[in-house]
Amino acid sequence: MSGDVIVRATDVVKHFPVQSSSLRRGREVVHAVDTVSLEVRRGETVGLVGETGCGKSTLARCLARLLDLTSGRVEFDGHDITKLKPRDLGKVRREMQMIFQDPYGSLNPKRRVGSIIGDPFAVHNVASGQDRRRQVQELMELVGLNPEHYNRFPAEFSGGQRQRIGVARALALKPKVVICDEPVSALDVSIQAQVLNLLADLQQHLNLTYIFIAHDLSVVRHVSDRVMLMYLGKIVEGGPSEEVYQRARHPYSNALLSAIPLPDPRAAQERPRIVLVGDVPSPIDPPRACRFHPRCPKAQGRCVEEEPVLEPRLGDPTTHVAACHFPVAEGEDLTMARPTLSEEERIVEPTMVATPGESGEKELP
Amino acid sequence: MARFLLRRIAQGIVVMILVTILVFLIFFGSGSQIDVARRLAGRNASQQTIASITHRLHLNESLPAQYWHFVVQLVWHHNLGYSYYHTQPVSTIIGHAIPITLSLAIGAAVIWLVLGVLSGVTAAVRRGSVMDRVFTGLALFFYSLPTFVLGLLLLFLVYFQLAKRGIRIFPGQGYTGITSNPLKWLESMILPWFTLALVSAATYMRLTRGSLLEVLGEDYIRTARAKGLPERRVIFRHGLRSSLTPVVSQLGIDLGTLVGGAIVTETVFGMPGLGYTAVTSITNQDLPVIIGIVIVASGSVVVANILVDIFYAVLDPRVRLH
Amino acid sequence: MTIPSAIESHTELAIEPGVAAERAIEGRSTWQLAWMRLRKDKAAVVSFVVIVLIVLMAIFAPVVASLTGHGVDQQFRTTGLNGFGQPVGPNGTFLLGTDDLGRDILVRIAYGARISLLVGVVATLIMVAIGTVLGLMAGYLGGIVDSIIARLIDLVLSLPFLLFAISLVSVTHPGLAVVIIVIAVFNWAAVARIVRGQVLSIREKEYIEAARSLGAGPLRIMFVDVLPNVLTQLIVYATLLIPVTIVLEATLSFLGLGIPPPTADWGQMIAESEGVYQQAWWFLVFPGLALLVTTLSFNILGDGVRDALDPRLERR
Ligand SMILES: Nc1ncnc2c1ncn2[C@@H]1O[C@H](COP(=O)(O)OP(=O)(O)O)[C@@H](O)[C@H]1O
Ligand code: SF4
Ligand SMILES: [Mg+2]
Repeated sequence: MSGDVIVRATDVVKHFPVQSSSLRRGREVVHAVDTVSLEVRRGETVGLVGETGCGKSTLARCLARLLDLTSGRVEFDGHDITKLKPRDLGKVRREMQMIFQDPYGSLNPKRRVGSIIGDPFAVHNVASGQDRRRQVQELMELVGLNPEHYNRFPAEFSGGQRQRIGVARALALKPKVVICDEPVSALDVSIQAQVLNLLADLQQHLNLTYIFIAHDLSVVRHVSDRVMLMYLGKIVEGGPSEEVYQRARHPYSNALLSAIPLPDPRAAQERPRIVLVGDVPSPIDPPRACRFHPRCPKAQGRCVEEEPVLEPRLGDPTTHVAACHFPVAEGEDLTMARPTLSEEERIVEPTMVATPGESGEKELP
Repeated sequence: MARFLLRRIAQGIVVMILVTILVFLIFFGSGSQIDVARRLAGRNASQQTIASITHRLHLNESLPAQYWHFVVQLVWHHNLGYSYYHTQPVSTIIGHAIPITLSLAIGAAVIWLVLGVLSGVTAAVRRGSVMDRVFTGLALFFYSLPTFVLGLLLLFLVYFQLAKRGIRIFPGQGYTGITSNPLKWLESMILPWFTLALVSAATYMRLTRGSLLEVLGEDYIRTARAKGLPERRVIFRHGLRSSLTPVVSQLGIDLGTLVGGAIVTETVFGMPGLGYTAVTSITNQDLPVIIGIVIVASGSVVVANILVDIFYAVLDPRVRLH
Repeated sequence: MTIPSAIESHTELAIEPGVAAERAIEGRSTWQLAWMRLRKDKAAVVSFVVIVLIVLMAIFAPVVASLTGHGVDQQFRTTGLNGFGQPVGPNGTFLLGTDDLGRDILVRIAYGARISLLVGVVATLIMVAIGTVLGLMAGYLGGIVDSIIARLIDLVLSLPFLLFAISLVSVTHPGLAVVIIVIAVFNWAAVARIVRGQVLSIREKEYIEAARSLGAGPLRIMFVDVLPNVLTQLIVYATLLIPVTIVLEATLSFLGLGIPPPTADWGQMIAESEGVYQQAWWFLVFPGLALLVTTLSFNILGDGVRDALDPRLERR
């Protein structure tokens, strides 16, 4: 079902200046996104997964040109939009929309729902008066809201309903691409499925392309054709969903996979779980070469010296790439692995241990 | 710290430059050359005076050139101008007025600080009590009462009514220098001090009460209480110190503004300080004096603001970063 | 953060039903709720009524004049002044007494209310308008615009207002328009500073980013998305600014820099009472009382409105 490339990012870099402090006057920057390249094809859903703070939202904002890139290039529908000025971004704004994570923060509390969903019409001057009202109410119906609630304020809706409002707003101008930035992370688990189903239905009806962001793999699994895993501003593994779920090559991917909650509690008990301890290192001063090495159970000297490139590993198809010198083979048991780098080599203390199940060994301090 | 100081002083200089430009535009930029000369000459000036002013202040040159001369005089010769009405340099006139304004301002500040902070603390500590209500009500009352009404009412009630009955504690209007007769000076200052102080005391009471209540609601205060420290100690050691910061910054701003803000009090009590001098200069159309006073008063605000910032920076090093 | 705890944050972030319901009630009608709270505040209600009465008095000042039969500038040299040419005290004809020219103080107070309220409201509106626009621009646009406006705010805040008012009035001619402009021009900065501070936090909200992602320009975002969120603050602030403005106008008139005579004006009446009030207390006390009651009412109402709109600050 996927067609030509509609969004293409090439070596996108985004640095944020650190709030200047007179003590450390060095030009420090947050390396939020570092040389990320990706392609999104018409009609597909690409999942983007990584821990909070790894740069998913920043990448999304770069793709939508809500931010200026530090370097790199973004193309949309065949056009280079990297350098467009805000006033020339109109077409991009119409055709690429976003759904945000926070159902409370993303709707203006002082505006009525009808006016929020109708905002795109007002901004782009497409429909007005009765016509706009009719279209907005159609949209409300489309996303499963009661059109009679047109005049209510966002605070009168539940989290799930609010997220539907956000969906309706994003769809108002019939966009080609919708970037969903953790659209269900803030919702009750019971409500997540409803919103996910709605998004899937809408994709079918409206021929949408999704870039779907999440901070764990469980949500993305059901909706994505392809997934990309991010760690500290870099993509560490990417490929068709089933490929990645079956044969994750990067140790970080394996850790994320082992953390997916299972519906059956007993299975969850028995499943070996790779527990990451310690915090993600600071993106202001990311670890050298492979950024995962301080937390990686397979790290060796090479990982600190040579940055692994994203390429097919262990005979995988060309669509499945991973950035790791020592990819995880099928059947390899990471849960018994120990951090391999010595103290000096690692810079940071051992930060990852594996525990078989919940009852396993204690975490290291 | 030195860097912070320099930056702050540079900002102050920028503000002062803008002030002088504004003053200059108001007085020199409006009206024709002759108008300006006439205005500066004061009431009943002769043709010659006007001609000499035009020459001395380069009024026949372009506005920027005039401004340049104006600034050169001000900065290099510390020359605030010349009052043709009084046939005296403006700086002399201002020099006479400053001690009067200062004795009014400083005395009033002491009174309002004591009254405002004490009543504010009392009200906050006994929040909801009768005391709290009384102080809050009084504060609202004095806060709403215009200074000149208060001054006249004090004069009427405390001076004239007593004088009518033969009691003369307070002199009515006028001012006695502290050097000529300290007791008389004190007597003549009491009503003006309270006039100026009561309105501000109300502001400070509200400020202190609000900020102390806010601080008392914070976690570390609750922790201190939970640790069983005596309530007095919680309030005075932990609460008051941090809640007084806004009070101090307000004080700095107010002291700076007072130089120009004592106008009303000085006028009501006929004290020839800076403000009263400015007001009478209008009647006399003695504009050089007004210009001088405006510049001195603005300068005092700028200096006071810098002092407040330094005070903050010493108290809290984080401030220096901004 | 460990991966399991990342999962836990799912449930942490999920909004509990109770909280959602509470938010719904809060959001349903900020205004209605505020109105309900305000109506329970007795002091605020009383001051509101007083303000309405003062407004009515101002509007119907000519009616007051015709009821008493005394024109506002009419001088009653025989009935309004005693044998020594001094004002007469409150009596059956002149309910609040007369002034030094034999004019009816009651009628002049009624007319004076027009000036006070007009200047109070109009100058406040102008101040709020200038302050809001500049504060929005500084806070939302940031960068060089912010630097310039922030300097401008600093500048205006360090100008001694009365002295500058004196300067301006001394090169122009006193009058209603000049008074309003002088007050507005030198007092918008405090509003701008407050608005700027608010905008700085609002602009980080996700719904602002949502508006940008829809293609809304800065102008639309500032006025459609940001402004409604500072409105409650602005209303509270404006209510509290009106009495300040009224006092400023009265002070200017008291110093002879405001509304020129013979227009009836409270500040000016008080100025005229100087030298006379020792014998004619009513000449000082009644205009002073009119001023005090008006500013006091606005201040009480302003406090009430603030508490009603922002219950967190309620009755500390
Ligand atoms: N506007 C900003 N200014 C400075 N740093 C930012 C900004 N936005 C994001 N960051 C930093 O960039 C990194 C990536 O953030 P983000 O893209 O929001 O991550 P994610 O969406 O994956 O949680 C974080 O370290 C964050 O603190
Ligand atoms: S490159 Fe080395 S450190 Fe990085 S993930 Fe692979 S094994 Fe671990
Ligand atoms: Mg994010």
